Amino acid sequence: MASVTYDHVVKRYTADVTVVKDFNVEIQDKEFMVLVGPSGCGKSTALRMLAGLEGITEGEIRIGERKINDVAAKDRDIAMVFQSYALYPHMSVYDNMAFPLQMRHMPKAEIDTRVKNASRILGLDDFLQRKPRALSGGQRQRVALGRAIVRDPQVFLLDEPLSNLDAKLRGQTRIELQKLHRDLETTFIYVTHDQVEAMTMGDRIALMYDGVLQQVGTPSEIYDHPANLFVAGFIGSPSMNFVPVTTSNGTAKGSTFEVKLPKPIGEKKGTLGFRPEALTDRAVEGGSTLEMKVDVVERLGSDQYLYGQVGGDQVTARVDPRMKVASGDEVRLGLDIRSIHVFDAETDKALL
Amino acid sequence: MNWGSFLTTQLPTLVVVIVGVPAVIVGYIVAGEFLVRRLPDAARPSVRPWLWVGPALFFVAAFLVVPAILTAKASLETSKGDFTGLTNYARQLGDFPSGGAWIAIRNNVYWLVLYTLFVLAFGLILAVLFDRVRYESLVKSLIFMPMAISSVALGVIWKFMYWYQPPGQIQTGTVNAILTGLLRTDPRIWIQDPKVNNFAIIGAAVWGITGFAMVILSAALKGIPADLLEAARVDGAGELTVFRRVIFPLMMPTVVVVGTTLVIFALKAFDVVYVMTGGNYDTDVLANRMYKLLYFSGNTGGAAAVAMILLAAVIPVLIFNLRQFRAVEARR
Amino acid sequence: MSIAVADRPGTAATAARFSPRWISDRLSKVVLHVAVIGLTAAWIVPTAGILVTSFRPFSKISTSGWWTALAPSFSFTVDNYSKVLGSSNLGQSFFNSFMISIPGTIIPIAIAAFAAYAFSWMKFWGRDWIFLGIVGVLAIPLQLSFVPVLSFFVAHGITSANLSWAPFLPVWLAHTGYGLPFSIYLLANFFRALPSDLFESAEIDGAGTLTVFFRIVLPLSVPALASLVIFQFLWIWNDLLVALIYVGGAPEVAPLTVTLANLTNSLGQGYHLLTAAAFFSMIIPLIVFLSLQRYFVRGILAGSVKG
Repeated sequence: MASVTYDHVVKRYTADVTVVKDFNVEIQDKEFMVLVGPSGCGKSTALRMLAGLEGITEGEIRIGERKINDVAAKDRDIAMVFQSYALYPHMSVYDNMAFPLQMRHMPKAEIDTRVKNASRILGLDDFLQRKPRALSGGQRQRVALGRAIVRDPQVFLLDEPLSNLDAKLRGQTRIELQKLHRDLETTFIYVTHDQVEAMTMGDRIALMYDGVLQQVGTPSEIYDHPANLFVAGFIGSPSMNFVPVTTSNGTAKGSTFEVKLPKPIGEKKGTLGFRPEALTDRAVEGGSTLEMKVDVVERLGSDQYLYGQVGGDQVTARVDPRMKVASGDEVRLGLDIRSIHVFDAETDKALL
Repeated sequence: MNWGSFLTTQLPTLVVVIVGVPAVIVGYIVAGEFLVRRLPDAARPSVRPWLWVGPALFFVAAFLVVPAILTAKASLETSKGDFTGLTNYARQLGDFPSGGAWIAIRNNVYWLVLYTLFVLAFGLILAVLFDRVRYESLVKSLIFMPMAISSVALGVIWKFMYWYQPPGQIQTGTVNAILTGLLRTDPRIWIQDPKVNNFAIIGAAVWGITGFAMVILSAALKGIPADLLEAARVDGAGELTVFRRVIFPLMMPTVVVVGTTLVIFALKAFDVVYVMTGGNYDTDVLANRMYKLLYFSGNTGGAAAVAMILLAAVIPVLIFNLRQFRAVEARR
Repeated sequence: MSIAVADRPGTAATAARFSPRWISDRLSKVVLHVAVIGLTAAWIVPTAGILVTSFRPFSKISTSGWWTALAPSFSFTVDNYSKVLGSSNLGQSFFNSFMISIPGTIIPIAIAAFAAYAFSWMKFWGRDWIFLGIVGVLAIPLQLSFVPVLSFFVAHGITSANLSWAPFLPVWLAHTGYGLPFSIYLLANFFRALPSDLFESAEIDGAGTLTVFFRIVLPLSVPALASLVIFQFLWIWNDLLVALIYVGGAPEVAPLTVTLANLTNSLGQGYHLLTAAAFFSMIIPLIVFLSLQRYFVRGILAGSVKG
């Protein structure tokens, strides 16, 4: 069992192609850490450096106290679940799970115990003699997990393990993975581009963009206090509304409205951010009201989203499903100023 | 054949060879890896690849690259090894159009054009026709079967097909029997008559290789999405238009691959000619001429010069192939 | 199927019986079948002819066409086979063909598999250029190499060592050299298409280079390897030129093709024997081909119209 530390890690392919820039994260023992970001942000590379599949250009990675920059992949005591599962197509489920143990010259009886144990945990007992191609997507995914479990590694690496499953199975597997993490009591590092997976599964989330770590924190920290415009826009669905404003003292002035700020900010150009759920049909005490011209109404049963315009800006609101609205209507909505954000127009950093 | 000696000496030899050869090869790589693992960590990645490609590079260099260079040198020398400049080439390329290697060159051109075109045409026609019947795999393997037959046997088969008896006698050769029996014309001396024999030999070779072209073209045909053809038919295209405007353009890359392969086959043509005529009666080709110069005349310089002429003919194809290959690689 | 499609000629499913459309559809189907069966029949005539002839008595062969033997009264015989096997050294040649073909198949494919593995999954200096060079060598005519290689073998007395397999050594090595470029090309294309995740997973699992090669790459490449084995075996078994150059026509070493070629020259009038000999030489390739044609066909495709 071990912690993982990225200490000023850089990955550079050529002089001007740097895919991971000065990456610093400390992942605690037994933590479920999610690396999330859009594709090409460097999250997979960060994971693959830890796995030993990519060299580390600068900095160091430690597992526990041990620096592993020059340790071969097989000696790092990690296990990895690949997006494609990487099952050996010519081997049975049993042999797939036994392979990493055979490579470690483990006695046959011990291998058998471990494989049987993993297959029991994952409900694969009836499929041990099948080849991967005779399994469903969900079963293959579990074999890939099983191959990692038998190793009993210090750290589990999972590279987008759910993205080849259909939506329903993905939801179930999310829950199973969390249970598995709890039962195994091992460090999990999980890479995904899906913010829902990040929010639901991670003890903490590390959000990357363009090779740079944007923010690390618990899901609620990241949701409620995004460090910058990118994080704010990436997390949450539908995503946060952004409206250009000018701040002066305690107010932010938009094209057709003015919002009181909970905390004064100096005179600045900025971006006002608020989530759809902060803009509702209920008036909020001390809040502001916005006039919205509704373009599209989306009824989801439990919620109702209004897509429209405030001044010249596109805005989404989440209102009570019972509210009667049609496209083309003009509605007055209340903005909860306790959950608004202001970002610096130049640096995109959160000012509030 | 003496069965006693077969069982006591030859069979054991065969067994030793079948077991020994793989043992040596596997032994090489296992021992090599064993040594590589003794190296310091940092040196391994730079040494290991050469262990794996080394034998292949050695054989390709020893049997193809270096000999090609030596042959280039030999083509400028007499058989005794004295430098003679371009004499060998002058002798092979002199006396146009019937001296030196000119007959062979002319015949290789026949091969190049007729063999390639007919094989492609037959291959395409068969692939397209067979695609529409349910017993496709059966007819395909029947057409493909000659691929399993050696050129020597192919030569024997077609000598027999072209067998000639003077007019008036019973024709036992299939081709002449059809000519006299069904078409009521005179039989032809297919193999010896210089007016037709090249075409007869090429025809035999076309028969042998068409299955190869057909199989590849047929796979390309099946790779064309059915939607596309149905869309064209819905748009009102007749079957011929569909073939001309949709199928053929989409198969073009494959046709080019098969075509260049056939061009190389045509340039290297040897076995069929060697067996059917030995290059006599004006049917010589470059490869056969080279063989004759080497073995019957002991003229190494001349043989080398002929080989170089062959190489010169192949070079454009080679360049074309490499460009195609790079284009494909670039798309990966 | 949409109405528009059903309207087109050639899709016979919906036309009413004996309507003009139905008749024309039927007719074009008939034409298609006639063409397919006719062409295929024409294609097997040469092979059928020699097969039938090889079982006919000599007296009949020279006086009537082989097709007459297909009508009663039948008179078939195995005389031609027993005579030609008794009077020539076809039996010995049969053995020699195996002596040449088996190592000539195993050595280049094994070596090519090593090289293809390195070309597809290892990084080294000049890798892509060397591979390109090997693709280029594919087009070099073999003829170019005969003079220097042969004189090297002769000069170093490689053929005269006192071992029963020594006379075959040059032809094994030659077939290795000549077979490598195509084998490497085909196998490298195949190996490269294997998913890289498998290799990374194996690396994390702790598998070394040898383990990955023997336990993952080779088992996964069975279709490509099998087709290549068949290819190379047939090519060597059927080869005349390389055998003529490197083993020559001496009866104790000549393979079937060389012996058959010699017979064509010496048996000018013994044509009935030649047909039997030719068919005899075709037995092994036909067995190999018929039993493994699925692999054979797939293999050609792997090399040419991949992806």
